[in-house]
Amino acid sequence: MEMLFALCVGVLTTCGVFMILRSRTFPVVIGLTLLGYAVNLFLFSTGRLSINSAAIIGSTTEYADPLPQALVLTAIVIGFAMTAFVVILAMRGRGDLGNDHVDGRIPEHSSLSDKERK
Amino acid sequence: MSHLVVLPFLLPIFGGLLLLLPPIQNALNHQRIFAIFTSILLILVSATLLHTSYTQGTQLYMLGGWQPPFGIALVADPLASLLVLLTAILGLAAILFACSGDDETGMYYHTLILLLIAGVNGAFLTGDLFNLFVCFEILLIASYALLVHGGGKHKTQASLHYVILNLVGSSIFLIALGILYGMLGTLNIADMARKLPLLTEDDQLLVKVAGLLLLVVFGLKSAMLPLHFWLPRTYASASAPVAAMFAIMTKVGIYSIFRVHTVIFGENAGNLAFMAQYWLWPIAILTLFMGAVGALASSNLRLLTANMILISIGTLLVGTAIASEQAAGASFYYLLHTTFVSAAMFLIADLISRQRGKAEDRFVQARQMKQRDLLAGLFFIAAVAMVGMPPLSGFIGKALLLQSADSGAAMLWSWSAILLAGLAAIIALSRAGTTLFWRVSSINDEGEKVPTAKLIAIVMLLSCSPLMVIFAGPITAVTTTAAAVLHDPALSVDALLPTITQQLGGY
Repeated sequence: MEMLFALCVGVLTTCGVFMILRSRTFPVVIGLTLLGYAVNLFLFSTGRLSINSAAIIGSTTEYADPLPQALVLTAIVIGFAMTAFVVILAMRGRGDLGNDHVDGRIPEHSSLSDKERK
Repeated sequence: MSHLVVLPFLLPIFGGLLLLLPPIQNALNHQRIFAIFTSILLILVSATLLHTSYTQGTQLYMLGGWQPPFGIALVADPLASLLVLLTAILGLAAILFACSGDDETGMYYHTLILLLIAGVNGAFLTGDLFNLFVCFEILLIASYALLVHGGGKHKTQASLHYVILNLVGSSIFLIALGILYGMLGTLNIADMARKLPLLTEDDQLLVKVAGLLLLVVFGLKSAMLPLHFWLPRTYASASAPVAAMFAIMTKVGIYSIFRVHTVIFGENAGNLAFMAQYWLWPIAILTLFMGAVGALASSNLRLLTANMILISIGTLLVGTAIASEQAAGASFYYLLHTTFVSAAMFLIADLISRQRGKAEDRFVQARQMKQRDLLAGLFFIAAVAMVGMPPLSGFIGKALLLQSADSGAAMLWSWSAILLAGLAAIIALSRAGTTLFWRVSSINDEGEKVPTAKLIAIVMLLSCSPLMVIFAGPITAVTTTAAAVLHDPALSVDALLPTITQQLGGY
């Protein structure tokens, strides 16, 4: 289970970082979301991975650490709000700047067709 | 238990929320009066808090009555309360300045400023690392909205970079927190400092990674070298009162470096003691260098001021790199000074650009300003304070900091870097002044006069500089105490964990 979990976090982080480094706002937003998922999974695992253990004392013999779960909830809420904001900002950037490049203008030596370039 | 400690956090939040309710929200004048009233109240509360924490020692406040290692604790030591007072004064200036027009360009200006103040105050007061993250997010989301306040192409473009960078920063912050919690089993800063020396060597390596990740995050907030690219453009594109308010946000990063890398990774951390200093030295020197180059290359006053902020960050990083009690005290004095002065400079840049027609604040020949003498006087005072020439507070701050670098290598590097950056600042600012005020193409009396509210805000910020010289004695006494409390484990660790320490004492 540990291996699978670690691989999940690793793959999500890699994809997230790759997408964040793209030049268009939409992939960047996707990348931020993926990185957010990876971070949430990672935070969850800091209370150690265990099966069949509730976060309530007395209900099971082994019990899970409730604090990381609370932290993840907080992180999810904050991450959700931030993603919503960045989506709106990206849309406004598309409207204000006329393209969806993160720098607000398409660079000279890009692989885009001339039609897309303004 | 006194509730004074939590007030600087709650007051702006409730103030900001009340601003959204109908009787106040209906008229802009009501909003302005209420916001000014709230921020004056906040100054009074912060001053009381500073007085209490200075005379009676660190105030510990347990939210919900939970004992510190388990619940969230607020810690008002002299350093935190001093910075809370600084934020409150800056907040009043930003609100006052905006009252004559800048708050009409978009909605909810005053609410957002108050929420930003709440986030900053929370970050200063918290004794819990996860709560620090939450407060960072509060201040960041308020700053995102403030940055695009008023709208415009440049703002959208700058804020896109700023928001994305900070979202990545938040993810790194959470990863670091996860590692620290997984290794130490606590998020309370004092408890972390207590548990860190007990780790095995393998675990220490992981904690070291987390500590350095935290340094990256705080470096991003404070714009230290490889992570500074967002700062000049962001600050230059924000509207004047917002940029002035942002002057405190880089200092939040510096404060966090001081807090985390002195209390947790300080001298009692065993193998990990002072691990950040190895990185901080070159970064600080290079930040100073980049700030100086940027200042010389700036093409308008706002960009120049943003680069001056970079120089001040470099200077403060030198203070963190020296890592002695004396250097910390000197840095806190310099931090107060530089926040006031750079905020004032952003406000002055706005007044100048409004009176120069299309040339705005670019360093080109343009028509004469309507109130040239007044603006030139303000600019001159701010510039003298900024580059650190006597008789104003910048000189004392830098002198104290240079004095604290006593050993050979530290002295060589910090003296040469800070003094050379100061020289570059003098050149850049005198060139700016001569171009703005003396290279005049025509004289005409068009343009608006400076509104009184704006003038009051600027004079208030600028007068802090001579006041810091006149009252240098008491202020350095407070900053020295703040540094002493930060460096004394008995006060910054044991005193914040009353239950644990008592149990140990009982056995």
